[in-house]
Amino acid sequence: MAAITLDSEMTDMKNSPGPDAVFAAKLAEGVFEIQKCGACGAHVFHPRVICPTCGSADLEWVAPTGRGTIYARTVVRRKPERGGDYNVVLVDLEEGVRMMSRVDGMAHDEIAAGLKVSASVGEGADGGPAVIFQPEGGVS
Amino acid sequence: MSLRGKAAIVGAALAGCGEAHGKSAMEITVEAVHGALADAGVSLGDVDAIATCQPLDMLSGLTLAQELGLNPKFTMNNRMGGSSFLSHTLWAAMLLELRLADTVLICYGSNQRTASGKLMTALGLPTYEAPYKPMFPLSSYALAADRHMTQFGTTREQLADVAVSARAWAQKNPEAFIRDPLTREDVIASRLVSDPLRVRDCCLVTDGGGAIVMRRAETAKDHPRPPVYLLGGGEGTTHRDISEMPDLTVTGAAQSGALAMGMAGVKPADIDVVQLYDAFTINVILFLEDLGFCKKGEGGAFVENGGIAPGGHLPVNTNGGGLSCVHPGMYGIFTLVEAVRQLRGDAGDRQIAGAELALAHGNGGVLSSQVTNILGTESTL
Repeated sequence: MAAITLDSEMTDMKNSPGPDAVFAAKLAEGVFEIQKCGACGAHVFHPRVICPTCGSADLEWVAPTGRGTIYARTVVRRKPERGGDYNVVLVDLEEGVRMMSRVDGMAHDEIAAGLKVSASVGEGADGGPAVIFQPEGGVS
Repeated sequence: MSLRGKAAIVGAALAGCGEAHGKSAMEITVEAVHGALADAGVSLGDVDAIATCQPLDMLSGLTLAQELGLNPKFTMNNRMGGSSFLSHTLWAAMLLELRLADTVLICYGSNQRTASGKLMTALGLPTYEAPYKPMFPLSSYALAADRHMTQFGTTREQLADVAVSARAWAQKNPEAFIRDPLTREDVIASRLVSDPLRVRDCCLVTDGGGAIVMRRAETAKDHPRPPVYLLGGGEGTTHRDISEMPDLTVTGAAQSGALAMGMAGVKPADIDVVQLYDAFTINVILFLEDLGFCKKGEGGAFVENGGIAPGGHLPVNTNGGGLSCVHPGMYGIFTLVEAVRQLRGDAGDRQIAGAELALAHGNGGVLSSQVTNILGTESTL
């Protein structure tokens, strides 16, 4: 790993919102973007100040393909009167980063590691915007 | 310079395990401290360094100093979760070896069962997980179990056998909280909570506290009970949130175990008795693999059919573990106390004959922090 040098990017950082706020603002407009490191080329999620692969602060926002593969899934079991069962998954995006999400449009028990999925911006459990996945090729 | 054998546990005690009605977390902690000091034959005023971690009190180290009426030279209050106490022993050994302190107290207590009946935590869901409402911390471990089953073919029955083994040990421990018989079928028929984990895959919710006293090896034999020496220790921290764990089938125990065993100069086959932080059944399978007791992916087969139960090929969690003995939110200190009891020959019906080398392993967060200690009798120095 190369030594870290403070460059113009660092000066810019001082006067702009942090990456969490940028991500949230984009999501609120229906846009899902992740970061890409200008120094080593690694994609980064969750949003960070410096690249966890090489330490560079040269991170730019890019649109992912939205395609991913389920890495693991669980189903939280809830009684119907408390809202019923729901799934929670970890998705590996094509860009090489992983994120937690939920798969809509498929029976919970059919969702399994290896399933190909694609992203869209939907609604999270708290009512706010969230990245949600559907089975690739549409709802089954 | 190595810390191997430079410091020893000279006192250990539990307090309030199970249900401790009408007591606060700090009161249970101090009861354990009182017991450990008596066990060590050390007066309160001799304690010059303290360590604790209590989930609801950000400044719990300060609270502890206040409760004990101490003005310590060092107050350790790291917040790595349930593994904290196994990190405290390493820091204690460093302070003792550098003669920055002479008597170190490490302690914990919780009243979560009688106070709330469930896990009490100040932690909220992480920003990038909250929109999906995973159960904290259960769904994180469920995802790890799901991945292990997918990748290695680990079975539902093998997960169940971890809980069954813990219960079999608990039946030999009069202090264990639940000692009723438990079968593989019982576990598999228990309520599904977050697939694939069921109620009986989950640790207990109890009250309880524990404390240990550490001193330099050179004075360790001046105390009433046989010293238990810290031969090695190591840590690993791979993430905080499960969505950031690089590989859900490989924990930081791979690093912490290698560091600890390297310092101690031992290998897994040398260890007589093992105490692992079993918050959920999958933990035990992951840690046995990562610590080198079996190959990656073979943990399920290792625990199957009583492999880690009384009479099995490796005694694991001889007190009944967090699954059947005690789990007040952070279990780490209990791995140390049970290791001490085994190495002193104090473990009654569950005693491993001739135990000289013990491994105690703590887990913090959601498989996030892993800390391993290797402990031994005088014969292992």
